[in-house]
Amino acid sequence: MSLGSVPLKYRISIDRDQCMKCMRCVDNCSYGVYRLENDRILIDSRKCTACHRCISMCPRDAIMLQEKPVDYRSHPLWTVEAREDIINQARTGKIILAGMGNAIDYPIIFDRLVLDACQVTNPSIDPLREPMELRTYLGKKPAKMEFTKNNGDVELKTKLSPNLKLDTPIMIGHMSYGAISLNAQLSLAKAVAKTGTFMGTGEGGMHEAIYPYQDHTIVQIASGRFGVDINYLERGAAIEIKIGQGAKPGIGGHLPGEKVCSDVSCTRMIPMGSDAISPAPHHDIYSIEDLAQLVRSLKEATNWEKPVFVKIAAVHNVAAIAAGIARSSADAVVIDGFRGGTGAAPKVFRDNVGIPIEAAVAAVDQKLNDQGIRNQVSVIASGGIRNSADLAKSIALGADAVYIGTAALIALGCRVCGNCYRGMCPWGIATQKPELVQRIDPELGSQHVANLIHAWTLELSELMGAAGLNSIESLRGNRERLRGYMLDEGLLNVLKVGSVGA
Amino acid sequence: MQVDPLVIDVKGMHYTPLNRMIREAVASGVRDIVLNNVLGQRFIGNGLRGNVKITINGVPGGDLGMFMSGPECEIFGDAEHAPGNTMDNGYLFIHGSAGDAVAHSMRGGKVFVKGNIGYRGGIHMKEYDGKYPILAVGGTTHAFLGEYMAGGLILVLGIGQEPAVRDRGIGSGIHGGEIVIRGDINEKLLGVGAKKVEFTEEDLERLTPVIEEFCERFGIDPAPFLDTNYSRIIPASSRPFAGKYTWE
Repeated sequence: MSLGSVPLKYRISIDRDQCMKCMRCVDNCSYGVYRLENDRILIDSRKCTACHRCISMCPRDAIMLQEKPVDYRSHPLWTVEAREDIINQARTGKIILAGMGNAIDYPIIFDRLVLDACQVTNPSIDPLREPMELRTYLGKKPAKMEFTKNNGDVELKTKLSPNLKLDTPIMIGHMSYGAISLNAQLSLAKAVAKTGTFMGTGEGGMHEAIYPYQDHTIVQIASGRFGVDINYLERGAAIEIKIGQGAKPGIGGHLPGEKVCSDVSCTRMIPMGSDAISPAPHHDIYSIEDLAQLVRSLKEATNWEKPVFVKIAAVHNVAAIAAGIARSSADAVVIDGFRGGTGAAPKVFRDNVGIPIEAAVAAVDQKLNDQGIRNQVSVIASGGIRNSADLAKSIALGADAVYIGTAALIALGCRVCGNCYRGMCPWGIATQKPELVQRIDPELGSQHVANLIHAWTLELSELMGAAGLNSIESLRGNRERLRGYMLDEGLLNVLKVGSVGA
Repeated sequence: MQVDPLVIDVKGMHYTPLNRMIREAVASGVRDIVLNNVLGQRFIGNGLRGNVKITINGVPGGDLGMFMSGPECEIFGDAEHAPGNTMDNGYLFIHGSAGDAVAHSMRGGKVFVKGNIGYRGGIHMKEYDGKYPILAVGGTTHAFLGEYMAGGLILVLGIGQEPAVRDRGIGSGIHGGEIVIRGDINEKLLGVGAKKVEFTEEDLERLTPVIEEFCERFGIDPAPFLDTNYSRIIPASSRPFAGKYTWE
């Protein structure tokens, strides 16, 4: 018995009056939606992913895209997605893979939080006139400072831990070479160098094209240890141990062999065409003591000159886990919320495991403060930061800085079609096919990403000025400048935020 | 010209000043270092490069030779958790037994353990280009030997017991390299994705130099081990997860 086909996800149509048969759609669609036959452009809508590459390249706006062109009988429980997933698994008996972040319509806490501004009783600050201090230092801060006095000279006696100096509290998160293309990574690297901030390398090693920007990279060491050797560790400005990822907490990653081309192979230091498998745990870390050992091992290998970050997925007990990490000699803890992006994750994980970054950051900041160890680690928030408002709210909830991922990719052309795992990204981002990769000009790409970081930085300054704050430290963990709008009492308590009007 | 080794009494010393001394000595051209009274100092030789031999008398702590790239360490004693962890190149010769996760993610060089090792030995070892890691064990091992292995060689001689390994989960998720174990291994002990194949005369010829080097290092007669009484365990596929997923 055949299950037949499921309806089209998208319908593409061409306004034939507008179309001038320039063939840009045919050339640009890597999924093969368009073909020319008998001087007519034919359309196979079933292949469309809604990546918008054709639409963005059409000089006549002649292409139309309609989502879900076929109705099902509507039902509140048996959604289209529920039905289609069952049909898929009835056919295959397999785990469903999906790209990008969490696609379930959970309430977005950021959108239920509002920021404060000054009126009458204290003046707002004009960032055009007054300096706004956005410089952010990531790493341990001393609990107290000791000085020695010598004939009027004052010298610092306390030994300071290495910190990363950021010109803006926005960094680009870890997207490995392999998951994304070299031109995409190079664009991000040039962008962070231009804007005085940092990017993560992901767990794919570092391609030599990135070496000129290595002072702006945070090198990642994950459970697969791909591309990790002493040279790699020494190249990064900081080192990050990846324990978990918001899009798929608790499980590892598999870069399929098709994506392991010769360049990816030598960067990851694995044979060509072989699956790059990152196990779920680090098999040398089975306890919090083992984590401390790896943190110290990395510091020892690099002469205690580099900050070491530990990245975890936001899960139920995130605050207690972060407090453990704070005691491991780590310099920063990265919390990746359940909306964090990914090239590929089992859908059931992407959509159902983990907690929102807003609640996680607030809980971690509170726990570290309660235990008097907030100065021991910086807190970096990531996973679904969409704009400068999310950035400002994350900092007010207790983050020192944020990582952006998907937002930076959108600045490179990504339209969040979620087909990253197929390796055919028409924007040249999540692919290793040379003809697609060359669609990104790293110089132009880096300018777009740098523009985005610059724009958010300007908006953050304006938001702070309006709130009468002239330094990022005054915003950090400042819950007083947030109010919850239509949030329940339980969540307001977790966030330590008052209700609007209160 | 014979140069006297640099001898350091490390009794009661913390690992950071010890590693700093080692690094400075290597940078100044010292090629032979002897550490006496080693007791639990972690991270010895961590990230160390260069052509140097370090003799360790005592029991070093965890992550011995982690990220190490080139040196040789000979340990007259047991070793703790994860010696040879993510090691790039070089040698660890352990005249005793070692703990869990020995040679974890090792990419190159050799780790020889005269005695036994714990759980997860050689886990996720991988080879690349000219680099080919070898973990050889004289005694036996616990479970999950060579799990997720992606390249290189694990050799277990099982001196004093046959078959050499009696614990389960051998090579689960293995997708590269080979595990060679003395005696006939019960297939029930193999993990998912591993398969047992015949150990041939050609295999013996290929591995004879490793067996001889191991035996010579530890003063063992190699003759009894130079036959085909081994089980060879290899990946059932280089893509163990290829059939597990479907697209959205």
